[in-house]
Order: sequence, then structure tokens, then C-alpha cells
Amino acid sequence: MLHSLYIINKAGGLIYLKNYTDGIATLSSNEYLVLAGTFHSIHVITSKLSPVPGSSGIEVLEADLFKMFCIQTPTGTKFLLVTDPLQSNVDAIMRKIYETYADYVMKNPFYTPEMPIRADLFDLNLNKIVKQINS
Amino acid sequence: MSRDSSSVGGTAAATAPTAPHILDRNLAKTRTSETSLSAFAYVFAEMIQYSQKRVSGVEDLEKRSVGSRLLSPFLANFGHRVGLRELELTLWREKNPKRETRVLQMLIFINSVIWKSLFGKPADSLQKSTDNEDEYMLTDNDPVILKYISLPKELGSFNAGAFMAGIVEAVLDGCHFVSSSVNYLGVDTDKKKKASRVTAHSTASDTAPNSMTLLIKFDKSVLQRERTFDGK
Repeated sequence: MLHSLYIINKAGGLIYLKNYTDGIATLSSNEYLVLAGTFHSIHVITSKLSPVPGSSGIEVLEADLFKMFCIQTPTGTKFLLVTDPLQSNVDAIMRKIYETYADYVMKNPFYTPEMPIRADLFDLNLNKIVKQINS
Repeated sequence: MSRDSSSVGGTAAATAPTAPHILDRNLAKTRTSETSLSAFAYVFAEMIQYSQKRVSGVEDLEKRSVGSRLLSPFLANFGHRVGLRELELTLWREKNPKRETRVLQMLIFINSVIWKSLFGKPADSLQKSTDNEDEYMLTDNDPVILKYISLPKELGSFNAGAFMAGIVEAVLDGCHFVSSSVNYLGVDTDKKKKASRVTAHSTASDTAPNSMTLLIKFDKSVLQRERTFDGK
């Protein structure tokens, strides 16, 4: 079960947010922005915490009722996926989402990099992926 | 491409480890000359952004609506340059090249041969307008060039398929389906030109979100010629 997807740009701004399950707690848009910025900072701190040089930042966060996965692309964009703790195969799902982003956001001539994402085809194709998993 | 270099002879394979220059490749071979869709998508995206910058004063809101009106002809102008070359190349590759003179044959040629050479598949439907006898509609339910493009609402009726419209217009132009006064190098749309015109429209539905229809409107002189052919 996938709960929500966040996409955070390299400066820590929230550029895409989508909740996929009914009945989960939602916040105001301002709070989401703050949350994204805070996570961005935590990501930097965790990579600094590492005793081994060149380590990445936080990748998985586990709680009793949810799991959160994060991947950072080479350009610094972060994909955050909040899932059910039992969700398997998240790596493959992440890869698919990243692929969809590369196709329908980055190849869209009307998208300005680092700005909020508004693209119908991106929404459409993400929904297809999520539907497959959540149903 | 590897087959190309080996057919040239042993020397080419020994001296040129990289792919041959585009001008050195065999023009007749179509299967090995396909372009990566991603590469095309990025180039096309740049072309659209370039057009947007050229036709509008970027931030000026008032100008933006004017800009989106001028965007289609600007992009069609790009397509026009591609279309003229496309026609020549396709006819050169055809086994029995022929310049079509009849409206229907011409449209079928575009629908099947041109579309196949560009996208590897024929277009989905070709219809005659029921309202106007000089109008035809060519529909592609999943146009390759629009695969990744989501149009923002503020651009109104603009459709990136204007590029395709330009290509089709040039093919018609090259086969003399346009009166001689056509001048497509300017972006001035306000002048009423005596010419066959092709425009792109979105015909999206839930099953085909990208569906595009080209509206082809022939010039009076073309229809007159058609009637002469029929002996009327």
C-alpha cells in the first residue's frame, strides 16, 4: 500500500505532493512545505553523521505504522515514498516513479526545472502505477 | 550501422571504430536510421521553448495570450522545413515514386507512407468533413511526438502537433496542393493567404489522452483542379 509521494527539489522545496489512500491524516499546504524543508535538512545531517566518508543521506525510516523511503537522484532531487510497513519491492516502485518523472516531467517542454510540477500526463501515469499496487 | 561499415569494405572497419558520419550513411536504409525517442523529445522540447521565447515577451501576461496564438504558426514553420525534406527523402526511398495529383490519393499517401516513414506506423483515421467539402481530418490517437507533452491550460487551444501540421502542409505544398502565393516563412497569421491550411487540434479522451487531429483545408484552386480531373 502506498500512502503518499513527495518530490523535493535540490533546494529543499516541495515541488510535488500526492496522497493516494483515503483516511490518512493530511496537513495544510504550508505545513507540507515546512515538512519537506525539514526533511531536506535531516537528509543533509544524516549524511554528515556518517563515520564513513561519501555516504548518502537517510534512505529508509521505519515506524510501527508506516515506512518512508527516500532516493536522491544525481541532480539532487529527492523522491519520498510513504508506504505501509508491509509493502515490498519498494526499490522497483521507486525506479518506476523516477522513470515516469524523467519521461513526463523532464521531457515536457512546459516544465521549468526546480519548479512545482503541473503535468497531466505525469499524474495520469503515476496513478496507473499506484493503482496497480494499491488495488 | 555496423552493417553499413562492413559493407563498405575492410578498410572502413579498421580505420573507423565509431559510427559513420550521418552524410556517409546509406540513405536507402531505414531500419538502422531510427532516432531515439528520448533524444527527439529533448530536441523537440527545446524547439518549443525556443519558439515560446521568440513569440512572447516571456513574463508579460497580456503578451502571453498573443504569444500562444503566434506559437502554432511559429512551430508549424519548423515543421514546414522538415516536411519539404521528408517528402523528397520518402519519394527517393519509394520503389515506384509518383507525385500524387488527386486529393484522396495524396491524403492516403500522407496517412500511410509519410506517417510510416516518420513514426513507423500509419495514422489512425482519415475522414472527410461532412460540413465542408474542402476539409479533411487526419487523426493519430497516440502521436509519438506528443508522448511526453502535457499542455498547460493558459496556452489555450495551442497544440504542439502544430509541428506535424507544418510537416503535412509542406508535403502538400511540395506536391502542388497549395496555390503559388503561399509564403510560410513569416509568422504573420493575420493576412488571409490563398492556400491550403493544416491546423492541429487536440481530440483527447480518457482512453487516448494525447489524441490529435489535423484539420486539412484545401484551397479553392485545388478543388477546381479536382473537378477538372473528373471531367466536370
